[in-house]
Amino acid sequence: MNNTETTTAPDPAPTRSGDVPVLEVDNLHVTFPGVNKAPDIKAVRGVSYRLNRGEILGIVGESGSGKSVSSLAAMGLLPEYAEVTGSVRLKGQELLGLDDQRLAKVRGKVISMVFQDPLSALTPVYTVGDQLAEAVRVHDSTVSKQQALTRAAELLALVGIPNAAQRLKAFPHEFSGGMRQRVMIAMAMANDPDVIICDEPTTALDVTIQAQVLELLKTAQRETGAAIVMITHDLGVVAGFVDRVLVMYAGRPVEMGTVDEVYYRTRMPYTMGLLGAIPRLDLEEKTPLVPIKGNPPSLAALPPGCPFAPRCPIALPQCSAGEPQLLTIGAQPSTAEIDAVGQSQAAASEPARSSTVEHRSACIRSGEIDTENWTAADIYPLPEIPADAVARLPRADRPVVLEVDDLIKHHPLLKGALFKRRVGTVYAVDGISFDIRERETLGLVGESGCGKSTTLMEILSLDRPARGKVVVLGKESGRLSRRERFKIRRDMQVVFQDPMSSLDPRMPVFEIIAEPLRTHSYPRSRLNARVRELLALVGLDPAHASRYPAEFSGGQRQRIGIARALALEPKVLVLDEPVSALDVSIQAGVVNLLEELQARLGLAYLFVAHDLSVIRHLADRVAVMYLGKIVEIGDVHSIYTEPAHPYTQALLSAIPIPDPEKERSRTHIVLEGDLPSPANPPSGCSFRTRCPKFQALPESDRRRCLSEEPAIRPLTGDDHATACHYAQKRVVV
Amino acid sequence: MSMSAERVALETSTGHEGGSDETRVPGRWSGVLSQMLRTRRVVVGLVILALMAAAAWLGPLISPWEFGERDFSSFLKPPSPEHWLGTDNTGRDIFTITMSGLQKSLIIGLLVAVITTTFAAVVGAFAGYFTGVSDRALMWITDLALVLPSFLILAILSPVLRTSGWLVFVLLLAAFGWMVTAKMIRGMTISLKEREYVHAARFMGVPAWKIIFRHIIPNMSSLLIVDATINVSSAIIAETALSYFGFGVQPPDVTLGSLIAVGARQAVTHPWTFVFCTGLLVLLVLAVNMIGDGLRDALDPQSKSRRA
Amino acid sequence: MGMFLVRRLANYVVLVFLATTFAYLLAATTLDPRANFEQMQPPPSPESVDARLYQLNLNDKTPLAERYTTWVTGVATGDFGQTIQGKPVNTEIARKAGVTLRLIIAGTIIGCTTGVAIGAYSAVRQYRKFDKTATAAAFFVLAVPTVVIAVTLQVAAASINQATGVQIFQYGGEYTSGLDAGFWGTLGNRLQHMVLPTLTLAIALFAAFSRYQRNMMLDVLGSDFVRTAMAKGLTRRAALFKHALRTALIPTVTYFTFTFGILLAGTTFTEKVYGWNGMGAWVVDSIFTNDVHAVAAVSCFMAVCVMAASFFSDILYAWLDPRVRVG
Repeated sequence: MNNTETTTAPDPAPTRSGDVPVLEVDNLHVTFPGVNKAPDIKAVRGVSYRLNRGEILGIVGESGSGKSVSSLAAMGLLPEYAEVTGSVRLKGQELLGLDDQRLAKVRGKVISMVFQDPLSALTPVYTVGDQLAEAVRVHDSTVSKQQALTRAAELLALVGIPNAAQRLKAFPHEFSGGMRQRVMIAMAMANDPDVIICDEPTTALDVTIQAQVLELLKTAQRETGAAIVMITHDLGVVAGFVDRVLVMYAGRPVEMGTVDEVYYRTRMPYTMGLLGAIPRLDLEEKTPLVPIKGNPPSLAALPPGCPFAPRCPIALPQCSAGEPQLLTIGAQPSTAEIDAVGQSQAAASEPARSSTVEHRSACIRSGEIDTENWTAADIYPLPEIPADAVARLPRADRPVVLEVDDLIKHHPLLKGALFKRRVGTVYAVDGISFDIRERETLGLVGESGCGKSTTLMEILSLDRPARGKVVVLGKESGRLSRRERFKIRRDMQVVFQDPMSSLDPRMPVFEIIAEPLRTHSYPRSRLNARVRELLALVGLDPAHASRYPAEFSGGQRQRIGIARALALEPKVLVLDEPVSALDVSIQAGVVNLLEELQARLGLAYLFVAHDLSVIRHLADRVAVMYLGKIVEIGDVHSIYTEPAHPYTQALLSAIPIPDPEKERSRTHIVLEGDLPSPANPPSGCSFRTRCPKFQALPESDRRRCLSEEPAIRPLTGDDHATACHYAQKRVVV
Repeated sequence: MSMSAERVALETSTGHEGGSDETRVPGRWSGVLSQMLRTRRVVVGLVILALMAAAAWLGPLISPWEFGERDFSSFLKPPSPEHWLGTDNTGRDIFTITMSGLQKSLIIGLLVAVITTTFAAVVGAFAGYFTGVSDRALMWITDLALVLPSFLILAILSPVLRTSGWLVFVLLLAAFGWMVTAKMIRGMTISLKEREYVHAARFMGVPAWKIIFRHIIPNMSSLLIVDATINVSSAIIAETALSYFGFGVQPPDVTLGSLIAVGARQAVTHPWTFVFCTGLLVLLVLAVNMIGDGLRDALDPQSKSRRA
Repeated sequence: MGMFLVRRLANYVVLVFLATTFAYLLAATTLDPRANFEQMQPPPSPESVDARLYQLNLNDKTPLAERYTTWVTGVATGDFGQTIQGKPVNTEIARKAGVTLRLIIAGTIIGCTTGVAIGAYSAVRQYRKFDKTATAAAFFVLAVPTVVIAVTLQVAAASINQATGVQIFQYGGEYTSGLDAGFWGTLGNRLQHMVLPTLTLAIALFAAFSRYQRNMMLDVLGSDFVRTAMAKGLTRRAALFKHALRTALIPTVTYFTFTFGILLAGTTFTEKVYGWNGMGAWVVDSIFTNDVHAVAAVSCFMAVCVMAASFFSDILYAWLDPRVRVG
């Protein structure tokens, strides 16, 4: 409101889609005042960007970087107590300071938004049609209710919802997550806006659905000609989708440029670290990931100077003298200048301009990085991960530690809010078999609802399965006595996904790690030493044993969970999405730790994940699950380089790769529709309803897919088996 | 006060896990305590409560009149230097009987709350954890309790009370007050049971009852504390209501409720017999409610009144 | 949906039956009707007491099971037995139920609607003056037992009447007996009598509901769908009323069932204080007069009321929440 003086000089360099800025954000600051003497939280500290007509801007950052807050502020959707300053101009009209009435006229009309969580973003008590029609009518009261509904049906059809006219009467809970996100996009398109802000639109979705939604967003952009702001933490999504990237850290932009500049000529150590921390789906050799040490700073108590300096491998003393400005590469003041006059004066030598094309970075060493052409590998010290000698033994010579044979888990399907009655069966796990040998990692992948978590729970419960068997270290779980079962629990431990809920918040870390030891009567005298040893093993300070989980960050909590799992020296570690809740920079450290532990302690891992890139990095073998069945299993190399099952192919193809050029040249196999309900799986091959191969088959060949369930059969030569009647290897990555 | 009582209940229940040794950090409760004291409502409520408790026990000592003593020279006299708050129909000193009524009301409220909450916590947690038959039985009992107001049951049972003392009354109040809390705790348990740390404990071989006392109940402690305070006030109100009709505490015991019952009939003509006991009761319940509500804000991470 | 309600109804009938049975058994074992006759002046002969008690099906010398069977057979045919004075319970119910229902229905409607409205508005104005005032008022009322509210209102009404010299408020009985003022006069008189008791109930309900609705509303205020509604162009106010309030009403409907029992207890006090001859006052008197059948009948009445309230809130719930309706 008050800082509108930094009007930008017209930018001479045009971008590919014209140079009329539709959205100009200048020096935007958002502060959440602290209550009860708590310090203020400075969520956004000076964001400026210009968005041209039809352009796609990616805003990338980890959680807490202020990327979402800045766009919510632009829409006037922040809670009333947030303090917003700066300037947001939409087609020349200043939005900050407008009252709610006038802002409402703009929202949904000129600028609209797609949110992260489609499950909660629609009002549960109104039909989808009514909510869509409302979006139309609220901006044009001359439209009759009937006309609005007709328009709503058109919109639904446009976003690819079949039977649109009938589905209008459906309530949000009758739609899957992917379909709800389509409705959200339809709503955002309803009034042909000039700008669509997408706030992590695919984060809550599975990869195959993510591919559909990204495809749809591209369509939406074509249809409406709108500019898109794509907010995400996923550097893969950004690579192929956007024109320009803005990287945020601790509430500030730290690097900005075209997507190629930022990815291939990265000039900010943070961005370099981020790119190096991502496990790559497309790279074969297993180099350790780049972990960025430490944690993002608290937005309530920022360190002086560059907020990334405490974590930066090439930080200089001058870095903490003042916060570097976002300047073109080479325009940063030299260290000598900073020493002489201080950061703020030195930086003031160049006028702060919010440009659209120049590659800019907020690092005083960006010039140096540029001239030396450093990459992440040059500046980040890579951890040494010891090679595992025993693992070199041929697979067949190593003993089997976990064997699952024809395992089944069916839940009764209950209905009714108060009177539960059985109306069917959920075939959550429907006959799966695999084995894990010593020092081996089996990755179990699949989308949500495929039954991978149920499989884990079933294995870990050590109960007698409804059918099939689970054999842990040669002992079949269903035939164990109480005591034997208790004993075998020592050898198989688990690490969970959610670092928030996997540790009892009311227990100090010492108690948490000591719990398995005490349960299995570990000698009391050695308890203390063992807990300290474990903490050191996972890279935590043993002196922190008396702290509570809340005092640790997500990555540290995950390490505590690993320490607890290792306490009893298990042979098998079951990992249930252990890194999926962590930011990439933190995730890399945990992934490296897991690799290191495996080598040092000779562990076997059953690693469940939906992220195929992490699996490629960690696993020796992979099993792909779909609707309670394993559709393809084999060694990592075979599965990733030449998958044979159409589902694996689609899955691998759907994952965006953080490499703009590769990503632009790839064609994604986009599956149609949603995962069928496991309560009512299709006949024959359960994948046939979405299978691109099935659609291409002649009628005569289809019959087999319709009637006969494909068994899992080994393919030629390698350790590679698949459950498809018409399996055919194909390169997709 | 209910805090410390609750803490005792919880500590003893977690005590026999055999796991507490030198590394047990005292911070578990000090955090809760400091959170509590940072909320102004809680502090104000606690101060009022402490003052009232002091008055209830010290009042009869400093009063010139004994509890059972009657001044046959003054019936229904307004406040005077001799009788600070006046006298009632039988010549009793209002100040003295009000203070001992307050005493009994406080004891009843706290006792009922502690019994109710402890019982509800254990029953609710076991029902929620094991589900199955015990769970269904609990649900039926709570449903039944909803259909038949506990007030009615207690009233029907009141003839029993005429012969037995007020402690039985406390037990009865508790016996018909735990169901709603238990139902709520059951719901909480069902969701806590799916927390990963509970799974982790299960998969490392910790027996179910230990999981309940070690992981589930302590993690509901803030809810339990809040609920205990709510139960204090509802017990006091229920006592008042029942005593009003003569279904509650029987003479010679007095509570604020039984005093109000007498006073209400002559509220217009002799207001001092009504005003003081009523005022104290309202203040007492208000203080307890303030503590409960403040605690909910301070302890419940889901509470929306703290924005962060 | 229809099936769902039928199942609920069946469950309720069973619950009502169990509750009434429980109340009967409790009353039959703790109350002592024999004492009523033994204390008569002059004391009747033990034989005649026995005969009278037997005739009323209240004789404690008859095994409980037998008494219960007799009673329950009667109830099954719609006969709740006789009061201890020998009058049929049914006619008493017919006379008193209407009085209580009138009070409950009027009190509930006024209390709930104002409570919900004020609660929702204070959530929107969280920490503003309105919210603080409403919160303080609700807090205060919650700390005051219904009895005290009733008595205080009575005292206040009496002093207002005295001060103005006009009988503005009526606070004794349900109507002025022997009044001959035609239809409108009688109606006016009844309404005049109704004001204070209804207000008593409504005030207590208002406090509970405004607190609850405020919390429920706060829960949905920050939810994603309200943000979506604003993002598509609704003003904050419109989004709150059309999307947030509508959703926040759903849990309140369930809460209604929980509070109804407390409301019934409140009705009892109100009737007693204002001298209304309703079911609540009757049950209090019946316990003192050891009138087992009356107690059981009132228990049944209250159980039916609670069930009716639950059933009503079930229907409301299904109407408000499509997730139940469709599922």
